[in-house]
Amino acid sequence: MARKTSGLAAIFTDEAKVLHAAHKTREAGFQKFDAISPYPIHGMEEACGIKRSSIPYVTFIAGMTGMLSGLLLTWWTSAVNWPINVGGKPFFSLPAFIPIIFELTILFAALCSVGALFYHAGMPKIDPPTIDPDLTCHKFAIFVPENDHGYDVAKLEKMFKDLGADEVKKVAEY
Amino acid sequence: MIKRNQLVLGNKSLKDITDDICAPVESVPSKGWVGIFLVSKTMLLFYVFVLGMIVAHGMGLLGVNHPVGWGTMIITFVFWIGIGHAGTLISAVLFLFRQKWRTSVARSAEAMTVFAVMTAGLFPLLHTGRPWLDFWLFPYPNQRGPLWVNFRSPLLWDVFAVSTYATVSMVFWFIGLVPDFATIKDRAKTKVRRAIYGALSLGWRGTARNWSHYEMLYLLLAGLSTPLVLSVHTIVSFDFAVSNLPGWHTTIFPPYFVAGAIFSGFAMVVTLMTFLRIGYPEFRDYITIDHMEVMNKIIMTTGLMLGYAYGAEFFVAWYSGNPYERYVFMNRAGIPGTSGDYAWSYWMMIMCNVVIPQLFWFKKVRRNITAMFIISIFVNIGMWFERFVITVTSLHNDFLPSNWGNYAWSFWDGAVIFGSFGMFLTLFMLYLRFVPAISIAEIKPVLNVGRDDHKGGH
Repeated sequence: MARKTSGLAAIFTDEAKVLHAAHKTREAGFQKFDAISPYPIHGMEEACGIKRSSIPYVTFIAGMTGMLSGLLLTWWTSAVNWPINVGGKPFFSLPAFIPIIFELTILFAALCSVGALFYHAGMPKIDPPTIDPDLTCHKFAIFVPENDHGYDVAKLEKMFKDLGADEVKKVAEY
Repeated sequence: MIKRNQLVLGNKSLKDITDDICAPVESVPSKGWVGIFLVSKTMLLFYVFVLGMIVAHGMGLLGVNHPVGWGTMIITFVFWIGIGHAGTLISAVLFLFRQKWRTSVARSAEAMTVFAVMTAGLFPLLHTGRPWLDFWLFPYPNQRGPLWVNFRSPLLWDVFAVSTYATVSMVFWFIGLVPDFATIKDRAKTKVRRAIYGALSLGWRGTARNWSHYEMLYLLLAGLSTPLVLSVHTIVSFDFAVSNLPGWHTTIFPPYFVAGAIFSGFAMVVTLMTFLRIGYPEFRDYITIDHMEVMNKIIMTTGLMLGYAYGAEFFVAWYSGNPYERYVFMNRAGIPGTSGDYAWSYWMMIMCNVVIPQLFWFKKVRRNITAMFIISIFVNIGMWFERFVITVTSLHNDFLPSNWGNYAWSFWDGAVIFGSFGMFLTLFMLYLRFVPAISIAEIKPVLNVGRDDHKGGH
């Protein structure tokens, strides 16, 4: 979704209709199309054939990294680099280091997950092209890029009109 | 079948929701907003002056001295951190429990969290006495050895816990705001507004692929914030519990502090939501009496937990057979034979935190805006006194009578507390002006809950 292409957009004002239309678009063999909505729609991932997000893997690996960093940091500074006897406790006093290790696990996991969203969604981006300003308010859209397999303006326009689109328009770039 | 109450009243359409919630951001502020803002901003300026005096003259301005070495700053720090916890509880824990009512209040509660943590964070930094050396708190390679921080100290755990909490709750809040900033950008009538909110929205487009990742991220952040919020107040309680002082050295502290934090935080949410309902009448359809009632129930429940903790502390003090531990608790309650200098604060705390919230057993009280507002103020006061009781009564009469003393409360102690509200309120008022106070993208999917014409939603 990184490159901008021109294509055809159908605009709907009903959640159920756009969900149905997404199903139909996928059944018609389109693969690169996307549905735009002001809020997440229940069942839209299945309708568009979107796989489960891969962010949890990032979270897990980042959390593990955070945990190991915390462990290494506390161990190396307290037991290796400059060991100091604090109240007769062992230099590597693991139970006392757990809060630090835990907080770093959470911090790394949270920030890297956000980073993963930014990567997947292509954010931050300055002024991306918009199809219709109401798409973040009360309208829904399906956008089919012109490089998608079987792209045909006349056929698509008829299909979307039949599916109850309020408006079908050509988009110069999205 | 038992019917669910509607989460959003007034048969709104999707467009109505956007219009209603964006209205305060897009219109000239009302006289009420300007009035409260000017008052809180004046309080903030006063706060800046007070903190400047404390930094310039040193901690001696406050009443902390031997033996009461922890005073207003630590008390108020715990107070504000505790308030912050309700925001994360609403936004993360209730999200994991699929409590749909949370959507209306989550945004403002989270804003409250962020601002309360910002207010709280200043106190320990200033309480070090030499705040210009606060960077020593972080473990960085230095030319003093390198001399590292002591990772076995609860005070250092606090540095990590509070800074992680502040970072993660700000990120969580901002991620929730991104789609709403995009909404405001798309509605913008001027170029400047479009540019500013466009930048804040980070180029959000709302495609199905984006939403798929976004929802997953939101779930993960909620899952990460839940143990985080519990850990933060646990670690704050460790500041006390890990020491050997009677009255502090108890294992009940972590759950007791967390329950207290949720209790005080929900009281602050109720206080702020009553203001929101008065200031923005259009929000009454979103933050309904049902929402307020649920929060009052949580206040009552956590208040009972606190009452139990207060009782358990006394029982354990007696059961331990430790004379110092027994003395501290008898002294708190002012039982004859002890100094009882701070018994008034103890009974104030019991009154505000345990007795007054019992009024919420009555449905009429739970659903009455004036009543809940007054009770929430009492809870806020009571929770400040709880931290006062814990901090001061344990320190002032500990082991050796020759080492006893009282807290020398000064004008500056009061000024710090007063001023901190200025900081919090200023931030909150600015938030109401510039940020949609209810999540637009989250409230739309719950629009049909309880609506008869939509089969009651799913």
